Amino acid sequence: MYKIIVLAKQVPDTRNVGKDAMKADGTVNRAALPAIFNPEDLNALELALEIKDRYPETRITLLTMGPVRAAEILREGMYRGADAGVLLTDKAFAGSDTLATSYALSCAIRKIGDFDLILAGRQAIDGDTAQVGPQVAEKLGIPQITYAEEIISLVEKTIRVKRRLERGFELVESPLPVLITAHSTAPECRPRNAKRLMKYKRATTLSERHSASDDYLASHLEKSYLAITEWCAKDVNSDLVQLGLGGSPTKVRQVENIVFQAKESKVLTAGDADIEWLMQELIAQHTIG
Amino acid sequence: MGNFYLDTAELKFHLTHPLMQKIVGLKERNYTEHEQFEYAPVDFEDAMDSYDQVLEIVGDICANTIAPHAESVDAEGPHLVDGHVQYAAGTQKNLDAIVKAGLMGITLPRKFQGLNFPIVPYIMAADMVSRADAGFVNIWGLQDCAETIHEFADEEQQQRYLPRIAAGETAAMDLTEPDAGSDLQAVQLKASLVEGKWYLNGVKRFITNGDGNISLVLARSEEGTADGRGLSMFIYDRNSNAVTVRRIEHKLGIIGSPTCELVFRNAPAELVGQRKFGLIKYVMALMNGARLGIAAQSVGVADAAWREAVAYAKERVQFGSSISKFPAVYEMISRMKAKVDAIRSLLYETARFVDVYKAYEHISKERALTPEERTELKSYQKLADIFTPLSKGLSSEICNQVAYDALQIHGGSGFMKDYPIERIYRDARITSIYEGTTQLQVVAAVRGVTTGGYLAQMRAYEEREVKPELLGYRNYIAEMTDEYAEAVGKVMEVNQNEYTDFHARRLVEMAGNIIMSHLLVLDTNREHLYWKSLDIFLKIARGENRGRKEFIDITNPADLGKYKIE
Repeated sequence: MYKIIVLAKQVPDTRNVGKDAMKADGTVNRAALPAIFNPEDLNALELALEIKDRYPETRITLLTMGPVRAAEILREGMYRGADAGVLLTDKAFAGSDTLATSYALSCAIRKIGDFDLILAGRQAIDGDTAQVGPQVAEKLGIPQITYAEEIISLVEKTIRVKRRLERGFELVESPLPVLITAHSTAPECRPRNAKRLMKYKRATTLSERHSASDDYLASHLEKSYLAITEWCAKDVNSDLVQLGLGGSPTKVRQVENIVFQAKESKVLTAGDADIEWLMQELIAQHTIG
Repeated sequence: MGNFYLDTAELKFHLTHPLMQKIVGLKERNYTEHEQFEYAPVDFEDAMDSYDQVLEIVGDICANTIAPHAESVDAEGPHLVDGHVQYAAGTQKNLDAIVKAGLMGITLPRKFQGLNFPIVPYIMAADMVSRADAGFVNIWGLQDCAETIHEFADEEQQQRYLPRIAAGETAAMDLTEPDAGSDLQAVQLKASLVEGKWYLNGVKRFITNGDGNISLVLARSEEGTADGRGLSMFIYDRNSNAVTVRRIEHKLGIIGSPTCELVFRNAPAELVGQRKFGLIKYVMALMNGARLGIAAQSVGVADAAWREAVAYAKERVQFGSSISKFPAVYEMISRMKAKVDAIRSLLYETARFVDVYKAYEHISKERALTPEERTELKSYQKLADIFTPLSKGLSSEICNQVAYDALQIHGGSGFMKDYPIERIYRDARITSIYEGTTQLQVVAAVRGVTTGGYLAQMRAYEEREVKPELLGYRNYIAEMTDEYAEAVGKVMEVNQNEYTDFHARRLVEMAGNIIMSHLLVLDTNREHLYWKSLDIFLKIARGENRGRKEFIDITNPADLGKYKIE
């Protein structure tokens, strides 16, 4: 059996961007975009679940940092097969860049304590930095394997992973514990399971329970699996200076709204002359070569 | 990221029908199982919330897994490998997703690891899966066989087989043979009892998902008999490895669904229930469930066809305008929509009737029913019996009409393989053929005409209170009802079975049109958005019924001779 922590993020669904996706000031209009489970984090969860399929005693804890509503993706992860969820939420985290985020996550992971594997998506679709996973590994002082597509084998304390690279793949081996980031070519996550949904649909964090009716509270007192762990900055013994906007060296100077305006188009035949012309054009524009 | 549940408000509308309170209460035995099962509801609201959320998962899988595979599955089809079926790659992926989502054994009790859902949400799932891929719904929907095992097999057999189906094993119902299609009394597959064990020998043909894990097989257990009373029902487990698939049929549509010819060679089998009851009791029950499933398939496929028509008509520009702006086109599309709404309302009305009576039947095995409960069981069973063939017969025919019109809207493009409508049109064709042709549905449904069952239900609908603005529609329907009663009287007074059979389809269709009109009035009463479909459908129905009535008026028994084939 293995203890696995899966890092996940709730993100605005930038894949279905409408015309009101950005505000006039150039920031993301979160209200206009549905909040979803970051796609590559789902690939990471699936890799964890496949390990659990092989070693059923394996325990998967889903960890996310975000506002109170980010508990939604913890429930979703539990419907898909995760055993427990941890929500890291605090005003002190607001405005964190990747450095401050990875610091906060590493504090929470230390608090969770014992683990063999940390799995995370390669990157989140709202920032596309691909930095958080590697930074968490550095902060915890453990090895990391990025761009994972498949877990080839996991025997005792050794894992073998296939990494998807631009022009091929790489097979690597690492001792545990290790942090692995999953690539979008890893298996798609299994769907939410009907029975798990019905079992965990009332799983809530402390903040959510504060605003719920007595009935919900009563069912929580009886069933411990319905309690989602919720931690604030203090709970994970983090240094406030390294958190949030203050702890983030990344400063956004300006965001520009870019509208593609090229309207010109050329119709080319499949003849040699046209292809030759196009090749020269592309080389001249440094599109290729 | 589409979702077939969230984009079809009609589903949630039918899910929240007032009768659900009763259905769920019966199905959940007053909400007592939550102490035993973590996923059981604590009350009605909790149960409804679970149905809603689980259907949302189904809608997600339909839109994002099953529908995207439909085209490749249609092109690839299943393969015959060493006497067994290998599904098309997309079919296998669909099945994996469905199984991982825990969507097999939806209606089975929790003690067999089922979800214990009523039939209404199960049929909603079937409706959506059919819209996504009409071929795949057959493989998934054969979990109906579990319902038959649950109803008629002994407790020990239920314990062994039902959890397997709930865990994702597929099923099949092996009924038809080369010389026993519509006429199942002619089944020849031989069942022999050797030292206390049953063995099957012979051939079955046109068996959907014939290589499923668990098969219900109709076989002749009584040597020397030639009719339905010599037939018994058996369970064959594929793990015995004594049945080979000799051939997978090449079909017009639902290509992803393997239709098999099976050879049984001393295949060990277990008797279900009592000997000799195979056809007369168990197959009838099995077929009723399957017919409701085909009604759902018809609705889902019709819905898919209508959507393709709307999408194409909006984007296709001719004569400088979107063709959807032309009366010839929008008239067709709106009639299609009205018909889809009408058959969907009939489908869920039927599902509710089945739900109530099935729930009482299961309860009656646990305790004696009160006299009131027994009366209710009987009345809902009667309704289910006449509504099931009506729903299957009419919705499959309308599904074909809608698919035909949807392809027509596409013009030449619809005839090419370039658009999904070409596949949907082919898939639609089977709905009015299998699980009993429309002609056989009429044979079953005409009892509702001759016994007055439909008429009584029409009158009952008239009694339901509706908003004043709907009373005009009501009066309209009341006139149609009088006209129907008159037509029925005209046919019945001749008092010849052949003459009744001659007009049977007309009468059944008239009854169906009136019942669907009533249902749309009740729907509009609850949700104003149905008024367009109500208005459009009612005018179609009125026109059609007048034509049928006129035909009956000007026909007499002497005319039959002109129709007979020499």
